[in-house]
Amino acid sequence: MLRYIAKRILIAIPTILIVSVLVFTLQQLLPGDPVLTLAGEERDPQVLAFLREKYRLDDPIPVQYFAWISQVLQGNLGISLRTDIPVLTLILGKLPVTIELAIFAMMVALVIGIPAGILSAVRKGTSVDYAANVVALSGLSIPNFWLGILLIMLVSVRWKLLPASGFVPPSEDLWLNIKTMIMPAFVLGTGLAASLMRHTRSAMLGVLRSDYIRTARAKGLLGRVVIMKHALRNALVPIITLSTLLFGELLAGAVLTEQIFTIPGFGKLIVDAVFNRDYAVVQGVVLCTAVGFILMNLLADVLYVLANPRLRHAR
Amino acid sequence: MKKSLFPLAMTVALAMGSAASAQTLRIGLNEDPDVLDPHRARTFVGRIVFTSLCDKLIDITPELKFVPQLATEWTWTDPKTLTFKLRPGVKFHDGEPLNAAAVKANIDRARTLPDSLRKSELGSVESVEAVDDMTVALKLSRADATLLSQLSDRAGMMMSPKALASADFGQKPVCSGPYRFVERVQNDRIVLERFKDYWNAKDYNFEKVVFQPIPDTTVRLANLKAGNLDMLERLAPSDVAAVKQDSSLTFAPVSGIGYQGLTINTNNGERSKTPLGQDKRVRQALEYAIDRDVINEVVGQGIFPPAGQPFPEASPYNDKKFAAKKRDVEKAKKLLKEAGVDRVKFDLTFGTSTTTQQIAEIIQAMAAEAGFDISLRPTEFAAMQKEAQAGNFDVNVIGWSGRVDPDGNIHPFVTCKGGLNDGRYCNPEVDRLLNEARTVTDEAKRKELYDAAQTILQDELPIIYNYYQPWPFVLAKKVQGFHPYPDGMIRLKGVKFSS
Amino acid sequence: MTIAITEDLALPKKRNRVLAKFLKNRSALFGAVIVLFFVTIALMAPLVAPFDPVKPSFMTIRKPPSAIFWFGTDELGRDVFSRMVWGARASLSAGVVSVAIAVLLGVPFGLVSGYFGGWIDAAISRSTDAMLAIPFLIFAIALAAFLGPSLTNAMIAIGLSAMPIFIRLTRGQVLSVKAEDYVEGARAIGLPDFWILLRYILPNVIPPILVQATLTIASAIIAEASLSFLGLGQQPPNPSWGSMLNTAKNFMEQAPWMSFFPGSAIFLIVLGFNLLGDGLRDALDPREN
Repeated sequence: MLRYIAKRILIAIPTILIVSVLVFTLQQLLPGDPVLTLAGEERDPQVLAFLREKYRLDDPIPVQYFAWISQVLQGNLGISLRTDIPVLTLILGKLPVTIELAIFAMMVALVIGIPAGILSAVRKGTSVDYAANVVALSGLSIPNFWLGILLIMLVSVRWKLLPASGFVPPSEDLWLNIKTMIMPAFVLGTGLAASLMRHTRSAMLGVLRSDYIRTARAKGLLGRVVIMKHALRNALVPIITLSTLLFGELLAGAVLTEQIFTIPGFGKLIVDAVFNRDYAVVQGVVLCTAVGFILMNLLADVLYVLANPRLRHAR
Repeated sequence: MKKSLFPLAMTVALAMGSAASAQTLRIGLNEDPDVLDPHRARTFVGRIVFTSLCDKLIDITPELKFVPQLATEWTWTDPKTLTFKLRPGVKFHDGEPLNAAAVKANIDRARTLPDSLRKSELGSVESVEAVDDMTVALKLSRADATLLSQLSDRAGMMMSPKALASADFGQKPVCSGPYRFVERVQNDRIVLERFKDYWNAKDYNFEKVVFQPIPDTTVRLANLKAGNLDMLERLAPSDVAAVKQDSSLTFAPVSGIGYQGLTINTNNGERSKTPLGQDKRVRQALEYAIDRDVINEVVGQGIFPPAGQPFPEASPYNDKKFAAKKRDVEKAKKLLKEAGVDRVKFDLTFGTSTTTQQIAEIIQAMAAEAGFDISLRPTEFAAMQKEAQAGNFDVNVIGWSGRVDPDGNIHPFVTCKGGLNDGRYCNPEVDRLLNEARTVTDEAKRKELYDAAQTILQDELPIIYNYYQPWPFVLAKKVQGFHPYPDGMIRLKGVKFSS
Repeated sequence: MTIAITEDLALPKKRNRVLAKFLKNRSALFGAVIVLFFVTIALMAPLVAPFDPVKPSFMTIRKPPSAIFWFGTDELGRDVFSRMVWGARASLSAGVVSVAIAVLLGVPFGLVSGYFGGWIDAAISRSTDAMLAIPFLIFAIALAAFLGPSLTNAMIAIGLSAMPIFIRLTRGQVLSVKAEDYVEGARAIGLPDFWILLRYILPNVIPPILVQATLTIASAIIAEASLSFLGLGQQPPNPSWGSMLNTAKNFMEQAPWMSFFPGSAIFLIVLGFNLLGDGLRDALDPREN
């Protein structure tokens, strides 16, 4: 078991390195001069020259890369070119927000996706199956930002039920914090619900078709409820592993949702940094999310192997 | 007995709760400010925050006249020396006193800090002298009529010299304004609280001021309507009609000192070698092809007053003879014929924003009727600046938030070495006139110089001005006493909630 | 005594079985119909659209739906219905072309990676892992920003961002097919690799790729809308549903029809592709009876 984990970690290292190169190169390729963006409306040539030197923007790219990577390995992720705030501070400050949003969204996805998947599998081929299908897929089919704005218009402006946007830390006001999370979590979660539903459905179908269940059914041994319990228990494993992977997908979806609801999480941070050509922020944050994603993958693989002892000694 | 106390307690608690929250003013900004250091800051929204956070030597009135703030009086002791008398008893947020030494430290930093963006604004200052504890003299290398207006903005903001010594000043600014810095969460909010020892504390009514950047205009307005904000800046023109009809909101626009226009590449690299870039008749034709009234009506919903010159109508340097021209397609066609061209093709570059996009589309359609085939090239702002500097453009849509002094609205854009002159337009006569205008303090004489420069510029047309940038503020009904200023800043003196 | 079997008891052809299964699946059919409908509209745009989708008309700004303007007009007076019809082309091609790019690049890499193994596999797999570790939309945004805002560049950006999915999928399929007896046999007798890949492996890889491609078209259409929201997709004055939705969000109260129709269209077509993809997956699934 430990050997398996060690092997996987070893494989992850070159992957992370490639991510760092990829992200770095992509940033450098973006057109525009970050210093000019920094200079805002005024453009004092002396200052531009100073900034270029300070951030070593004139050095050849490989040199800049190694300078950056060596700093990263020492724990220094650089400073936001725009606000002077250290990238690490930004990340640590926004991580809890993003995680909270992710957890809430996962809850929404689970609440919608799993029952829909079960219903769909058990009642396969009937109109219930189709209905559940369509409902789950609807969440995926509506563009995030549109659903977000619609909700804001209705729920916040017209009905005045929830705050329109923004974020309040739970330490400050727990109830308000939850209120600010409800709509964005809903928008994000409905998008994930479809994936969860699909996998729940196929996992359940797989189990329901399996020999021992069929035999038991044929013999009339098991009641419906008991079948469900057995099926669910076995289907749970792939569902759990999928959930860990979905955390990664959440970040992609969060990008727009955070823009609309002005949630100060990773998504908004990255998008703003790309448009502001705030190199250090983009590089630092994407590297962190990539590492996080890879760790999630590792966790998922480990969980899967743990739950399925037959795989432990394969390969 | 217990039963009757409960509702009383609840009422008290509610009242206290609402009283505490009634003391917080929440302002919606169009974007997140950058570094909170007046000497290194670049953004417009940053200036809005500074207005409450940092006092400056002088301030302006809505009529753009200068009034005392940290300085009580000032005189030109000779054409190259500006002497200030400072207000006594003023403290910085950390308790340090404001005195001549502090002012000298601030201005010296603004002039010498390597990444200070105020250097060109204070370019004429040679040295700063603390004459006595409360008197400061600025010695200039040349006469400079723009200096006072520079000191009414970021270059004149005073920060505590003790705090300046620390390296992370931008993250924890210590200044001299009516509100002090509490905390900042990037992309989320900036929180200020009342500074009890402020020299004019009685005129400021809130315990806390919270700035929330909400870039999406629809969401920002939704927040105001839903009660999550108390006021916002830069309402989208498309929402003007709805806000006017909403009885729970107050629409408070002001005509700004900035403008929006088109910069034409007349002299920057290969791409200027086109009929449009080389022949002023073609440029004049383009101006006649544009209907500014339609832009004002369709895109601006009436709040984009047409502009024909860089000085706003409130400015004493604005001259009626340079007023915006009306659309005249026939004249445009005639000019093109004179110039010997049939149809003119060019790229119109603009930053990605809904308003600018609509304006570009309208210009494309209108100019087509006169003989221009325009290709629209929306570009990210970040990329656009670099391309503009390098001369990779035909025509750019540009906006300028405006400066109090007329020089700030024209000099950097049309002088040969102007830092914002992307088209690299260069006319030695214009340079001479504008450089001289910078040194003349007499308003009438200065206007003559600007008029003479304008006469040339309106003929050669390196820039076509479209409209004057308005600052459309929206307030919740309970916000009283707010006066919008043409510079777009939010001054909280006298602003309070109605009870 | 055994009876000689004279009749041909051949089982129904595989393709007919798949088709029959598919046709029985009502939601898959629904999806196919939706997709077909929009594709037809897109192809027939010049014939169907009553007005010029691009030219502003200042007299008819933001008019509600009526007999003349079936879907109303937008902020520059253009007919929303006409823009929708032409926009179908942009949105659909955004979906199809980006997925085509992803498949045409991803499948070969996956084939090579899975078949040849060794360090080629390691290199491709690690690079794919790296690309997958970067959130999809962020990758697309960075690429689109790099290439410049335009529909074509958005398609390239989305396609490149979706490519790793197909590399991984193909590789997985190749690995399982490679272990089959007939493939091992073919290698044993010395058939050229290229031949084996083309004749034995590729045909088995295609069904799951097809399913994934259909589902990815749906994501690509949403991705185009998202990029347009950020200003990186289809550029004015040409319409795409995503950019129409982006402009319309500023007029949600004044002119709700401007957002209702593009939003609904995106919703329907994405739903359609999703149902279609799911239906294909069910139909092609060998385990189901």
